[in-house]
Amino acid sequence: MAAKSNLTNMVLVLGVTCLVCSAVLAGAYAITKDPIDAAAAQKTNRAIAQVLPHFADAEYNEEGHYYTATDGDALVGYAIESTVVGFGGNLSLMVGITPDRVVYNTSVLSHSETPGLGAKCSTDAKFMDQWKGFNPAVKKLSVKKDGGDVDAITASTITSRAYAQAVANALAVFDKIAGQAKIAGQAGNDAVAGNEEIAGQAGNDEAVMPDSDRASSEKEEHSNE
Amino acid sequence: MSNKLRLIADGLVKNNPTFVLLLGMCPTLATTTSAINGLSMGLATLFVLVLSNMAISAIAPVVPDKVHIPVYIVVIATFVTLLQFLMQAYTPAMYETLGLFIPLIVVNCIVLGRAEAFASKNGVLASACDGLGVGLGFTCSLTVLGLVREILGSGSVFGYNFIGGNDGMLAFVMAPGAFLCLGYLMVLFNKFLKKN
Amino acid sequence: MEYFLIIISAIFVNNIVLAQFLGICPFLGVSNKLSTATGMSMAVCFVITLATLVTYLINQYLLVPFGITFLQTIAFILVIAALVQMVEIVLKKVSPSLYQALGIFLPLITTNCAVLGVAINVVTKEFAFVPGGMLNLGQALVYAFATSLGYGLAMVIFAGIREHLALNNVPKAFKGVPIAIISVGILALAFMGFSGMVK
Repeated sequence: MAAKSNLTNMVLVLGVTCLVCSAVLAGAYAITKDPIDAAAAQKTNRAIAQVLPHFADAEYNEEGHYYTATDGDALVGYAIESTVVGFGGNLSLMVGITPDRVVYNTSVLSHSETPGLGAKCSTDAKFMDQWKGFNPAVKKLSVKKDGGDVDAITASTITSRAYAQAVANALAVFDKIAGQAKIAGQAGNDAVAGNEEIAGQAGNDEAVMPDSDRASSEKEEHSNE
Repeated sequence: MSNKLRLIADGLVKNNPTFVLLLGMCPTLATTTSAINGLSMGLATLFVLVLSNMAISAIAPVVPDKVHIPVYIVVIATFVTLLQFLMQAYTPAMYETLGLFIPLIVVNCIVLGRAEAFASKNGVLASACDGLGVGLGFTCSLTVLGLVREILGSGSVFGYNFIGGNDGMLAFVMAPGAFLCLGYLMVLFNKFLKKN
Repeated sequence: MEYFLIIISAIFVNNIVLAQFLGICPFLGVSNKLSTATGMSMAVCFVITLATLVTYLINQYLLVPFGITFLQTIAFILVIAALVQMVEIVLKKVSPSLYQALGIFLPLITTNCAVLGVAINVVTKEFAFVPGGMLNLGQALVYAFATSLGYGLAMVIFAGIREHLALNNVPKAFKGVPIAIISVGILALAFMGFSGMVK
């Protein structure tokens, strides 16, 4: 079936195939680039919206890997990307911290934990809910096995430990930001009162979340969450 | 017409890529942690298989013998990259789950194998049917394996949990379970479906 | 220290066959005899390391600067195909007996997903134990070499098991590949003991 080989037609066919294929891919790349970027941006936006109360605008700080969320002039909080080593590989979280140094919520960006064990860190409601309104001034940020107040996922202490570490790292980033912004003074005093307030908010989470997503047009398709 | 149907049916049982030809083992084992993952991987391979089979059968007559493998690989790689773009854009979550195994469809022996053994010698339509049959066979095997592993490993079917709580036999979701399930499914296939 | 972690992780913890499921086809195909398994492992080892070196450089100095990383899959597979062809020619000249033993499996290294898998992994995957996550050239080469050692290890162990299996009387439906795959499952179970050793 195949044609006889000689140098000319070998070079020609191979060259033309490569050219045509590259051209097709370049075209496809140009067409799909926007949807791909939009999908990635949407994922980040949803994560930010999930870990912070309602806000109007979020600005990314490239150096510190965090988003500053504001509503008008008021500072809503920081959504901080935090990556640590879990059990199976990197564990990346988005940690939302309000200005009173309380964790508003957390969200797993990516992980490579064991399915059914450590992977529960992104599905197990009991584990995830304890981070809503977690106040490091009141609770100790380490798993119960290590004398802290974090309920570990059953049989996945290493993952839970890593998760707590990621939150601690995010808090360290927060302290650095807060130190720069000179708002550190308020943080300690409001801690206890802030905790109750945030806990109340966390209960209303369902109601708060939908309208906090500012990319409303993109959100429509995925509102079945 | 019955000829074409025959081609599709052959791909499902007689030439089943997983249980009979033992091809494409890597994605078979790696991506079948749940039925839905297996199904997605199967469909992704089906997509590449049908399109590359058609393209290759169309260009085969003009491709010189000595460079046919590189040319086929380039064609297959093009469709795989296309698939990558599409999945990244429209099913980013599934793209992340299947990860490395999407670009690795390029080196899936099933795709190059069908190109060599069938598409290079047959017409476009017949090649499409062959791709469809083998692709469906692959998809079915992956879905079944995924289903078995999901039932045993997480106690759910297509994500629907039926045992309450999610404590299945975890080993079946992990690496060893992949080999064990595949081995025993092959035994069953040999016993009941493979004639002679 | 990083190098040590990379080596342990690549050989034992994330063994390419038993934990990552790469390169299964030749793993099942040529593991019948210990001698061919060793030969195949060495060929794969050589190709993986060489291919990683070349694809890493191509990615770093060609694809990334020109913004054409979308051609990654095509570029990598072509480079690997060319490399394998070269190894085949060299082997034919240097060791005809090995060439004969490996037979049709040598061209099939091209479609050995282990080679492409490792090449793609080193340029895209973030490794937890390396600062910054991405491997540099030296680390990439160590990773590739260690991974292929892991491949060789799994291959040789498995070939040993299979030589014994061949002597045993197994039920008809289990004969051949099914019992082999079930044995790999048990082997993988053993390797699972390494998981979590290198975080």
